[in-house]
Amino acid sequence: MLSDLAWLPAAAPDFRERVRALRAEAAAPGEQYFERAVALATAALDENQLGQLARVARDVAPAAPAAFSKVRLGLIGDGTLSLLAPVISGSGVRHGLLIDVVEGAYGSGVQQAMDPTSPLHGAGLDMLLIASDARSLGLHRAADSLEDADARVEAALAQLKLVVQGFKPAVAAAILVQTVAPPLEPLFGSFDRVEQTSAFAMVEALNRRIGEWAAEGQIVVVDIARLALSIGLERWDAPRHWHASKLSFAPEMAPIYGDVVARTVAALRGRAKKCLVLDLDNTLWGGVIGDDGVAGIALGQGSAAGEAFLAIQHTALELRRRGVVLAVCSKNEEAAALLPFREHPEMVLKEDHIAVFQANWTDKAANLRAIAETLNIGIDALVFLDDNPAEREQVRRELPLVGVPELPEEPALYPRMLMAAGYFEAVAFTQDDRDRAGMYQANAARAAAVNASGDLDSYLASLDMVCTIAPVDSVSRPRVAQLINKSNQFNLTTRRYTEAQVEAAESDPRRHISQARLVDKFGDNGIICVMVADRQGEAWEIDTWLMSCRVLGRRVQEACLDHLARAARADGAQRLIGRYIPSPKNAMVRDHYAKLGFTLLSEEASGETLWTLDLAAYASPELPMLVDDKAVAGAALELQQ
Amino acid sequence: MSQESILGELREIMIDVFDVDDLEITRATTAEDVEEWDSLSHVRLVVAVERKFGFKFKNSEIEGLKTVGDLADVIAAKTA
Repeated sequence: MLSDLAWLPAAAPDFRERVRALRAEAAAPGEQYFERAVALATAALDENQLGQLARVARDVAPAAPAAFSKVRLGLIGDGTLSLLAPVISGSGVRHGLLIDVVEGAYGSGVQQAMDPTSPLHGAGLDMLLIASDARSLGLHRAADSLEDADARVEAALAQLKLVVQGFKPAVAAAILVQTVAPPLEPLFGSFDRVEQTSAFAMVEALNRRIGEWAAEGQIVVVDIARLALSIGLERWDAPRHWHASKLSFAPEMAPIYGDVVARTVAALRGRAKKCLVLDLDNTLWGGVIGDDGVAGIALGQGSAAGEAFLAIQHTALELRRRGVVLAVCSKNEEAAALLPFREHPEMVLKEDHIAVFQANWTDKAANLRAIAETLNIGIDALVFLDDNPAEREQVRRELPLVGVPELPEEPALYPRMLMAAGYFEAVAFTQDDRDRAGMYQANAARAAAVNASGDLDSYLASLDMVCTIAPVDSVSRPRVAQLINKSNQFNLTTRRYTEAQVEAAESDPRRHISQARLVDKFGDNGIICVMVADRQGEAWEIDTWLMSCRVLGRRVQEACLDHLARAARADGAQRLIGRYIPSPKNAMVRDHYAKLGFTLLSEEASGETLWTLDLAAYASPELPMLVDDKAVAGAALELQQ
Repeated sequence: MSQESILGELREIMIDVFDVDDLEITRATTAEDVEEWDSLSHVRLVVAVERKFGFKFKNSEIEGLKTVGDLADVIAAKTA
């Protein structure tokens, strides 16, 4: 299932012709090029087909439609890497990425890291992937003693850390470190896990250390060890290919390897999916509610089918707990569709777990569009789970950017298929993620409230909003970095910074970085705004200003501007300078500065605009919220010192 | 499987593996004759042949291959 990418439909029969067509128009991409490329890539392709797509990615890069995210990925590691580059790049197209893989020289990762003249240092890398193998790290043969085993694990880790340290200045966004697949062949047998000198135990120890290292936020882990175990080491590891070509794993595993790397890069670029849309009949329960009634559907303990449907509901609920929004899209009468949620005693999913409930007879593509619109997220943030192949096909054809996993006939395998696809890949997990699904729920309640109250001002006043603006610290940093890397729509400059860069900005005397949180009577929205400004003599230039779309229309931007104005004034500045850099997704803030009373300074052909606000003439607005500004006091303190 | 149909299948596989628009092969064709046929694409060729014909090569068999004809003979023997 995993190794043959079974959640993806089979490759188009005319794949070869279609990939050539895309290549032929790469210099001048036509209509819907992005959608066509993603659709072609969204299939269970083999390593050769992925290689052909990699060529498309390379050829189209100079003239690429803006919907693609470009990533220059350095690749260093043990063994032969040349087989990996094309599958990573080809799989990237599936995730809307144009990954330009720059291969390091064979072996010698440490030397390349230490040598600032090595080609990788000057390559302008966004990310770097370190692909290790137990056989090159000296962990594939048993150690002589416990001390020797410890020393070897430490040496392997130290070598990886040297490489990361050496490359850090040369990599803009993130360094990805692979875990290492353990050796299949036991030395003692089960006792390998007990005996710490065994190769198996040493590899396990290294992988544990890599996990701890990633938890510190310095690297991003790509868990190849877990992947290898999931597939089965017997199929993963191919000694004949190691001996013949120094391939770290069986070449037929290249497609799943490429997808796992690409989905991690996609998650770093904020392209992971955000919402799981569920069909109902024969997806969440067995049978058809409209025909079988609450008593007749298969759901719950006591039957194999009933337990299988319980399992997929539990999977959905677990996803919701980690912040994935749930929605329903079903061809049903709404009253019938709601019955199990309200009346079936074994339903795990309840009505209030579902942010948007679309049960009607309209086609599913239209309903999915409506769901994305209601939640204010892109159509490409949706995954659609449906047992009916015809519905899946219709959605794939009309909405190629929606993730639509194939499902096997056996419902017991639904959870595995959904989760193996890796749609919701994460590189961090914060309290805000935990709360996110609930926040969307609260948003739905707010939408209902505004309808009830009728006029916006009284509605806003009724929300009892408190906006707390504060400097960034170690607690807020992960969420701030996440927002910086994921916010696309309300983002004036779309500049991405890593957690380490955020930390550096906090103590940089030329930079002002602050974050805002919004609480209202429906709940805590968490950190919803990040501002970075640079002190430039008598002006402050706003380097970054982004907000979460979930608080649009709440006048939070005015509270934030007021904060920036007061912080800049306290610093002695006369003017605020704002910049808008257009991206494929941020058209909604094109007039942001104009609306806030800035004056246009200049406009470039690219649509980039520069704005100024005279602080002497700026007056604080009346806002329908309490603003607790902890970040300006800090700025004032700095002045006094 | 006849030599002719094996060669036909091999040609299809090679067009995908070497990512070329077209390719003419005979039993005498060698890696020298195809620009894209290097040691790395050779690994992909081996894997693609294994997938298509449903068997695995031994390294010793791969090392002995000099021409497309040699490859076709191993395939014929393995699939007989």
